[in-house]
Amino acid sequence: MAESGFPLLSVILWVPLAGAALVLLTRGRSAAAAVAMLAALVSLLAAVAMVAEFDPGVEGYQFLEERDWIAALDISYRLGVDGISVLMVLLTAILTPIVVATSWLSINRRVREYMAAMLLLETGLLGVFMALDLVLFYVFWELVLIPMYLLIGVWGGPNRIYATIKFFIFTFIGSVLMLLAILVIAFDAGSFNVILLPEIGVSSHLQTAVFGAFFLTFAIKAPMFPFHTWLPDAHVEAPTGGSVILAGVLLKMGGYGFLRYVLPLTPEAVDEFRVAVMALSVVAIINGALVAMMQRDLKKLVAYSSVSHMGFVTLGIFSQEQIGIDGAIVQMFSHGLVTGALFLCVGIVYDRTHTRLFADLGGFAKRMPVYALLLGFFSLASLGLPMMSGFVGEFMVLLAAFGWSYVAGVLSLLGVVLAAAYMLWMYKRVVFGELRSAAFARIPDANRVEVMALLPLVALVMWVGISPGTFVNLLDTATAAIATYR
Amino acid sequence: MNGSDFAFLLPEIVLVATAITVWAVDFFTPRDRKPDLAWPAAAGALVAMAFLAISWGEHREMFLGTLRLDNFSLFFRFLFLTVAFFVIVGSPGYVRRKLRNAGEFYGLILMSTVGAMGIVSSREFLTAYISLELVAFGFYVLVSHARHEARSNEAGAKYLILGAFSSGLLLFGISLIFGATGSTGYAAIAAALETTPDFGMVWTLGVALVLAGLGFKVAAFPFHSWAPDVYEGAPLPITAFLSVGSKAAGFAFLIRLFAEGLFPVLDDWRVAIGVVAVLTMTFGNLVAIQQANLKRLLAYSSIAQAGYILVGVATLNADTTSGMLLHIAGYTATNLGAFLVVIYFHNLTGKEGIDDLRGLYRRSFLLTLVLAVSLLSLAGMPLFAGFMTKFYLFTAAAASQLWWLIALAVANSILSVYYYLLVLRQAFITPESEEEEQRPAFRLPSHARATLSLLMVLVLWIGIYPSVFVDAAEAGSRALFGG
Repeated sequence: MAESGFPLLSVILWVPLAGAALVLLTRGRSAAAAVAMLAALVSLLAAVAMVAEFDPGVEGYQFLEERDWIAALDISYRLGVDGISVLMVLLTAILTPIVVATSWLSINRRVREYMAAMLLLETGLLGVFMALDLVLFYVFWELVLIPMYLLIGVWGGPNRIYATIKFFIFTFIGSVLMLLAILVIAFDAGSFNVILLPEIGVSSHLQTAVFGAFFLTFAIKAPMFPFHTWLPDAHVEAPTGGSVILAGVLLKMGGYGFLRYVLPLTPEAVDEFRVAVMALSVVAIINGALVAMMQRDLKKLVAYSSVSHMGFVTLGIFSQEQIGIDGAIVQMFSHGLVTGALFLCVGIVYDRTHTRLFADLGGFAKRMPVYALLLGFFSLASLGLPMMSGFVGEFMVLLAAFGWSYVAGVLSLLGVVLAAAYMLWMYKRVVFGELRSAAFARIPDANRVEVMALLPLVALVMWVGISPGTFVNLLDTATAAIATYR
Repeated sequence: MNGSDFAFLLPEIVLVATAITVWAVDFFTPRDRKPDLAWPAAAGALVAMAFLAISWGEHREMFLGTLRLDNFSLFFRFLFLTVAFFVIVGSPGYVRRKLRNAGEFYGLILMSTVGAMGIVSSREFLTAYISLELVAFGFYVLVSHARHEARSNEAGAKYLILGAFSSGLLLFGISLIFGATGSTGYAAIAAALETTPDFGMVWTLGVALVLAGLGFKVAAFPFHSWAPDVYEGAPLPITAFLSVGSKAAGFAFLIRLFAEGLFPVLDDWRVAIGVVAVLTMTFGNLVAIQQANLKRLLAYSSIAQAGYILVGVATLNADTTSGMLLHIAGYTATNLGAFLVVIYFHNLTGKEGIDDLRGLYRRSFLLTLVLAVSLLSLAGMPLFAGFMTKFYLFTAAAASQLWWLIALAVANSILSVYYYLLVLRQAFITPESEEEEQRPAFRLPSHARATLSLLMVLVLWIGIYPSVFVDAAEAGSRALFGG
């Protein structure tokens, strides 16, 4: 374990929070956005430095930081990253400035508070991926909820109250269970140290209980079928920026939780329930795709496609094969980029037309050619076209799935086919055909800020698609270790 | 006992002297200046705190062992002085609007504080009982102090009747315990229990009655029914005082009684107290959800909070005692913050409904912020005191392996998030009507800003880096359990 002198992780983690405090002192929307952008970019820069300095060959965690926090309970402020967290931290750090930039255009009230909430959210998310103490992890996990609640509640759509309550009830059930699991682990293993816990292990007779609690928490977050019903409501009501972070990063907390806590801490219980979880994942893939196909609302379609795509993530993780786990993480990273971008595309249309219903959309190819191109690109990425990021993760997971069972493999493959169907149909309905309203005849194409925000995502999607080795290499040491817990 | 021992009671002596001085000066103060008597009264509390700080770490028995000044009593005495200070400093605006007889008001707050400080030092039933009555007598007057409001009178009458009733239960219980063991001293009772493990029915009934009497004082289910009405009717600063000071005094009584006197028989009562704890928090939370009045909501929420603390009593040991002390400290700072917001909001608008909070974020960012911090802390959100202290308490309680109790406590604290968020939604999210948007921003007096900020910092401090408070709580716990 490499001990680093400079607290790089703390910088990545706390700069956004400091930015949030500064944003609250600004006056005017542009000043708020500028400060927020600056904080997000500094954090991104530090995150890039972290990736550059990260040594993929080293086992265990890197950039460790450790300080006493609550000595009486042996709780520490302990941060560290392995290959899995590195990718998740990077994803968070990339998406936040993009969201700040686009929100500067689309949010028109209480901008200051919006930017502060967004940065607070970033700190929470980064903390979840960096924390190596169970209590610290829980603190960040909960910290994410407050700004997300505010983002949906204050800047959300007309039905936002219902959505926030549903979001909160679901995630809070998860929180209770997780807190109980943490108390049980503390009692049983006598430690909150995430580095040591896999070695200490949880006693066999408690594993099922701990697994059940953790599993439900993360399954709600991921979200896995049938715990996913909060997601479409939250997405539909959330402002564009909120949706991007929600789909792009928040859902990954679930997948990350499975990898970091469920597989290493409760291997016996995982072994027992593995088949059921994989079956649920396959159901999620098919069900999410079918439901997505039936949506009349563009944003709901993207939301349900997330359920389907996240099904691949859980399928890969619980295959417990290294290739499946690698695939699941690449899929999480790719889904963050692609679905984030798709929500931005939805937002671009919605800001101009104030509708997301397919019945009102159509014919934007002529009016908005640049937009049509970008939406086309990300739709193809989402349906898993080779040479793009979506293909890599799903392909690796499919390999693992076929290794486990041909039935599961074929059914998951069917999910890919369905994805092609609903994405292409969606594209046809939005972009081709005739304009549905005379009012849309003058809408402008995607503007410079929007294009600039999407281009980095285009580049990353291509990078992952063409040269997945760069990313898989980061992961290998960490995933090899996780694949051994069985 | 010698003359120098009185030096250790200087904090109490200072408070009594201040109270008498305030009452005396009150005669010569013109009516419109009377609310300002808060400042000398608060200064008295600060001086008492200074004297208390000097005696930190000194253990001393006095008055034939009826009083014991140790770190446990120091912890609580410091807490009560803090409560008195904030309640008094938070009062003048409210007193000016609503109350006559300001001098009496402040003086009685100090006298009740003296009573509370006596309870935590008592190691003997009758001394503790008399101290408890000193607290209660102050409150009987204070609760009905808004003489021209029917609500306040009603609350005063209810509190008096139920308070007298519960004191009766407590006294009867004490007399039965005395009958069984031949003593009212905690140490002697514990010693008697060592030699005679079973005193039969008289003993059981005695303990049950004592628990019921104290159950009234801390508003535990099913002895809680006075609380919401009294909390709603009492003048706001007194509601704040009741919800933290009086409650903490009741718990201090319970903790010392069980730690020093009834510890040998705790196992017989564990489950019963656990059940009461669960019922208390569940009832408090479920009813709080339906409230439309902020004061009433906080009343039910404080019933629920008593339930969490009872988890510590049911699983009493050195660690859970530290947990309870820590939680009581965090709860005190948090609830004082919430109540001060309500007091200042009431001073500015004359309202106290949850709906009336609409647009608060626009009119006063500080009030909204302190309200949010306080409520999220009560809800047990991380970063705020409520999470840290409850986490400590429940982790310590886990050693008892009463998993049903811990699971229900955790579930309850999550359930409570729902109604705290309803309040925050009004303050932060629900849009104002156009007419309401014309309302001017609030201007808070500078002492209000200072006290609100101070409490917010305390809540965050306990929530984020509680080491100092943990150390103090553990020192308090060691005074009872040794080690």
